[in-house]
Order: sequence, then structure tokens, then C-alpha cells
Amino acid sequence: MIVTTTHGEMDDSLLEKREGGVDNDNESTVWVEYWLAGELVHRSAHVSLKRAAVSISKIGGFNG
Amino acid sequence: MANTQAMCTSFKGEILSGIHALGTTVIRAGTGADTLKAALYLASATVNASTTAYSATGEVSGSGYSAGGVTVTNATAPTTSGTTGYWTPSASFTYTSVTLTTAFDAVLVYNSTQSNKAISVHTFGSQTITAGTFTLTMPTSDATNALIRIA
Repeated sequence: MIVTTTHGEMDDSLLEKREGGVDNDNESTVWVEYWLAGELVHRSAHVSLKRAAVSISKIGGFNG
Repeated sequence: MANTQAMCTSFKGEILSGIHALGTTVIRAGTGADTLKAALYLASATVNASTTAYSATGEVSGSGYSAGGVTVTNATAPTTSGTTGYWTPSASFTYTSVTLTTAFDAVLVYNSTQSNKAISVHTFGSQTITAGTFTLTMPTSDATNALIRIA
């Protein structure tokens, strides 16, 4: 597979691949890195948001 | 029958669609759908509920990233379910072929048509991107999970 890197497009067989991620109440995230001789040459991340921005509506009353 | 004090659920959805103007003047110009955008912010920035509009201060910068962020695909109309009004963009936010070497952990959704007024801030674990793609996938658009909800 061809990977876009800081040195241009390279075959992934030439690179060291590292993957990871987190999964919590806020997000589910995966990332992938490609390293060349100790140098990070590619990193992508994919975040799936779980927690929304919520506004709770309130209204006033006349009866105290 | 009995009367029940409540904010009408239809109003919650209509707020999201710009149906109501409760002030003394109608500020909004135009009747077309607004263009929304999504900008990324550094972990060292301060964007929160007090943010009133998009600002380049604290925004990420780097190869392949345009100041102001990406245009949000909003092909789905706001709606309601139960007593909740909600809306979710109809596509992921994707920043393609970027290099963002300083850690970022927030996205500001704002209204580009209405003077860049702020809509919402969403945070996530700090990230950097190197010659890669950063994608923010939207949650399911329902009353429980939608990106923006008025409950």
C-alpha cells in the first residue's frame, strides 16, 4: 500500500506501522503512524464524537 | 384535560432552523440556508461556552490547513423527537493532507454566513497530524446522540 509521507509517497513495506486509539465516554479514536528510521513520516487520526453539545431549556412561570 | 407549563418542542426545532426572531428587530438577513464551518483549535487555546465568534487566535496552522477550517455539510434539516430539538451535520469533518504538528483538541462549529457567529465547541483527546488526514465523524443524529441538542 502506498502511504503519503513527509518524503512523498512511499510503499508501506519500507515503513514501521504503529496504531493505537482511545475509547471513552467522549470519543472513539483511532490513529495510525508510519515511521522511517526513527522519524515520524505520517500520522492520521479518526475521531468519532460521542458527546453532544446539549442545552437544557427552561422557562419562567407566574406562580412562584 | 390539564394545562402543563412547557417550552414547546416545536420551538426547539424551529430555533435551530431560524424560524423565530424574539428581539425588537429582525437581525437576520437572507432566507437561504447558512454556510457553517468547522475550525480546529490548539490544546493551548481557550474556546468554550463564552466564545461568541470564530477567531484565528489559537486556531491550528500548518501545511494543507486553511484558516477558518472546512465547510460543514448540512444537508439534513433540524428536527425534534420526544421533547428534544436536535441537528447533526450530514457528513464528517475531514481535513485532508494536512500537517498539524502542535497538539489540538477542539473544533469550533460556527456560522460563516452570519458574521462567523459561534455555534458549539466539541473537544477530544489531543492530536497531531503528519502528512495525513484528520477526520471527525458525527454521532448518530437522534434525540440522544445528535451533535447539537436542545433538550
